[in-house]
Amino acid sequence: MNRIAEEALDAAARRGVSYADVRVVESRTRQISTKNGQPGTLASSESTGAGIRVLLNGCWGFAATDDFTGEGLARAAALACDIAAAGAAAKIKDVRLAPEDKHTATWTSPCAVDPFSISVEQQLALLLRIDEELRRTAGVTLAETSMSFARERQVFASTSGSRIDQTRTTSGAGYTAFSYKENELQKRSYPNSFGGQHQLKGYELIDELKLLENAPRIAEEAVALHTAAQCPEGRFDLILDSSQLGLQIHESIGHPIELDRVLGSEANYAGMSFLTLDKLNHLKYGSEIVNVVADARLEHGPGLGTFAFDDEGVPAQRIDVIRGGLFTGYLTSRETAFEVGLGRSGGAMRADGWARIPLIRMTNVSLLPGENALEEVFGGDGIYMETNRSWSIDDKRYNFQFGCEIGWEIRGGKRVRMLKNPSYSGITTEFWNSCAAIANSDHWVLWGTPNCGKGQPEQVMGTGHGASPARFRNVKIGGAYGG
Amino acid sequence: MAESELLTRSACREIFARVQDAARAAGAPEVEAMIGAGANALTRFANNAIHQNVAERRLFLSVRTQMDRRTARATTNRFDDASIRAVVEEAAALTRAQQPDPDLPPLAEPADIDEVDRFCPSTAAATPQDRAEAVAEAIDIVRQEGQTAAGIYATNQSVEAILNSRGVFAYYFDTLAQFSITAMARDSSGWAKASAPECDALDIPGLARRAARKARLSAGPRELAPGRWTVILEPSAVQDLLGQMFWDFSATAIRDQRSFLTSRLGTKLFGAGIQIADDAYHPMQSGPPFDGEGVPRRRLALVENGIAREVAYSRKEALRANTAPTGHGFPLPNEIGEAPMNIVVEGGSEPLETIIGSTKRGILVTRLWYIREVDPYEKIMTGMTRDGTFLIEDGRPVCGIRNFRFNQSLIELLNNVEALSPAERASGEEAFDMVGPAMKARDFNFTEVTRF
Repeated sequence: MNRIAEEALDAAARRGVSYADVRVVESRTRQISTKNGQPGTLASSESTGAGIRVLLNGCWGFAATDDFTGEGLARAAALACDIAAAGAAAKIKDVRLAPEDKHTATWTSPCAVDPFSISVEQQLALLLRIDEELRRTAGVTLAETSMSFARERQVFASTSGSRIDQTRTTSGAGYTAFSYKENELQKRSYPNSFGGQHQLKGYELIDELKLLENAPRIAEEAVALHTAAQCPEGRFDLILDSSQLGLQIHESIGHPIELDRVLGSEANYAGMSFLTLDKLNHLKYGSEIVNVVADARLEHGPGLGTFAFDDEGVPAQRIDVIRGGLFTGYLTSRETAFEVGLGRSGGAMRADGWARIPLIRMTNVSLLPGENALEEVFGGDGIYMETNRSWSIDDKRYNFQFGCEIGWEIRGGKRVRMLKNPSYSGITTEFWNSCAAIANSDHWVLWGTPNCGKGQPEQVMGTGHGASPARFRNVKIGGAYGG
Repeated sequence: MAESELLTRSACREIFARVQDAARAAGAPEVEAMIGAGANALTRFANNAIHQNVAERRLFLSVRTQMDRRTARATTNRFDDASIRAVVEEAAALTRAQQPDPDLPPLAEPADIDEVDRFCPSTAAATPQDRAEAVAEAIDIVRQEGQTAAGIYATNQSVEAILNSRGVFAYYFDTLAQFSITAMARDSSGWAKASAPECDALDIPGLARRAARKARLSAGPRELAPGRWTVILEPSAVQDLLGQMFWDFSATAIRDQRSFLTSRLGTKLFGAGIQIADDAYHPMQSGPPFDGEGVPRRRLALVENGIAREVAYSRKEALRANTAPTGHGFPLPNEIGEAPMNIVVEGGSEPLETIIGSTKRGILVTRLWYIREVDPYEKIMTGMTRDGTFLIEDGRPVCGIRNFRFNQSLIELLNNVEALSPAERASGEEAFDMVGPAMKARDFNFTEVTRF
């Protein structure tokens, strides 16, 4: 891989570029799933390729290839340069980059148990046991389980002299029990919806998740939802579990702080952001107890947004996004950092494999733990919601609506009855300013969102979101089923 | 027979011969291979300048072996002999580790497949300079309106082939050009998009003018109260919204009781004027005329006179139901079975302008965004309007409005249709391209309004 990176970089450098970087990526995945006791997907994949990014005449060009012959790499480098040259037809100013030191490093993410060393038979046997356990509950009409594993090694080389060799291993697992009855379909998922929990770990994650132990409860809840009361419509105090709060952070903080969105680069597809530059260090984003960071460092935890260097060779960093409720920082790249006068990129450029250009992506955007005991978060009356079922937010990230799989009416700090079809909606800054209590670090979980889409052509990225349960005052609830 | 230079038929046969040799050596003679190639380029612009400009070329080989009612898949992008041996051995090893599936059919047998021609040489030959010049012209149109442009111009070519050890050889190649543009004014925006196999068929200046006009006409948006409104959805909005429901027109989804058609197939669900087909051979459609096992696609009458009639069957699901497969199965193994992917919603006779002209009061929607399912059985979807939402009064758009959130049952929507424009090839961002009309419907449920 080093040979390929050097050869591709040389091919670009020979064409007079002002800057070039090459990422040679080798990836391996395994996916296993079951459905109602029968095998589902069982697939593995391997892919190797190189992405060449050049800056020529002030314009970017990018070409990707899986042809590693000298001729193939030279052709790709030439195409990247041709593409950059064509950019002059619609150029306003030269691209400039915030400075970055030269780095030489080799880094491998912690992985106690290599998931690819565990036999497929063993992995499948666990999923089938969970599947069986889910269907043991009368009324469960569909049980689905899954595991996924990925390892990606990337060699990064740039004309600035950086040479970085990184290997990341991620694992994920989860399941869902569906119950269809009398024209109503309910579901419960564990440990989270949309594939469960995903982290930068090896197979040890699967053992930590206590998948089998939770299956009976999840199955019973899926069936019980049919006889639960409909979630009321109105304004109530809302308590969110940490997984739903993780997605709330993703949509209403993580995306709006992407500086490329703010500057208009994503206007045609993912959209822009209400966080215009004048709001930095001025906007009261949340209440005083709201502290949010974007932290790619391993010290933050084994998140899907954890790495040693981003995909333009900038070291992992912690950025204060919201401090004491005040908006204080964006996710940035070298180009956007220069554009707004920052001295350095915050290191948030990430690419979906070798065939895509790096974009500003979330790292681990997390709500820091509060000081409240869990009993204090649940104290008084309100509605508690767990596990996302639907999510939607406008293209500037003001108005959101989320649905959850299950809700509970809280009276005097106690769960008094189950509620079905819970949903809530609001305006981003009003919501975060209504945050009244955040549970302490004993209840903080770093969740993985494996399916964040952005860019054209679209790229899918894994992001991390740490959160503990929190209470929000006077939130609009139940509107999704209203009217 | 025509073929793509990216990956010829003979190249596919040569690769598959090596796959078969490796499969026999691995003790897995029942083998299927999906071989694909792509050469995709995309020029992206924002703030009136090209800012991301990319190209990729790739090949892949995905091998599925089958033995004793077990099957599994392994995929690679390396084509040397050692890599092909390794991917076949990986597929065989996974297959042996797999649990048997009593419903798994044998590999597909060869069948005649009608060819479709969706390859355009000028799209395949488009250069970075060609795209840049077209983009520069579009930007100039928007800039002359005092607005800012963002968008993409993509020219893609791809090849997909499926071969198996029983003699199936399905081969398809195409091109696809896409252009989309968002024009942004101080407090408003407009959007337009089109796609076609032929890049010359895209009226790029026309799309730029349309987006700019929408941005100009929606300036100074008013805030209206949410509620039940008569709505006119342009074809892209219809496509992105209705496109969410066709995953449910699947025999597997019905058997799993996760489809809104569970217990409803054969019943009148929608208004009598609603006719929806799946037709891979429609001249405005795209994609291969065969499915993930190489089975030829059959035309399906999904909805006739408002009645949910036919659904898609993969080979496995067809075997269970003792019926014929429809050619809509996904590559095995998978959990979701099958789905129609070439939707054609029959249009009406009134042009969009006439529909707007006959509307006393309503909302005109250019585009929808972030559509997600709220209730799977009532098919309630939520989402936002975006990039050109207008109040119509007395037959004409009178002003732009701040964008609405909706929570709308698709079943209810298709019972409230009042007019349809002629169908066209519609292209959005949240569902597969579709052939469909603009749609006027009463009592569309807007539930909230956002800040812009």
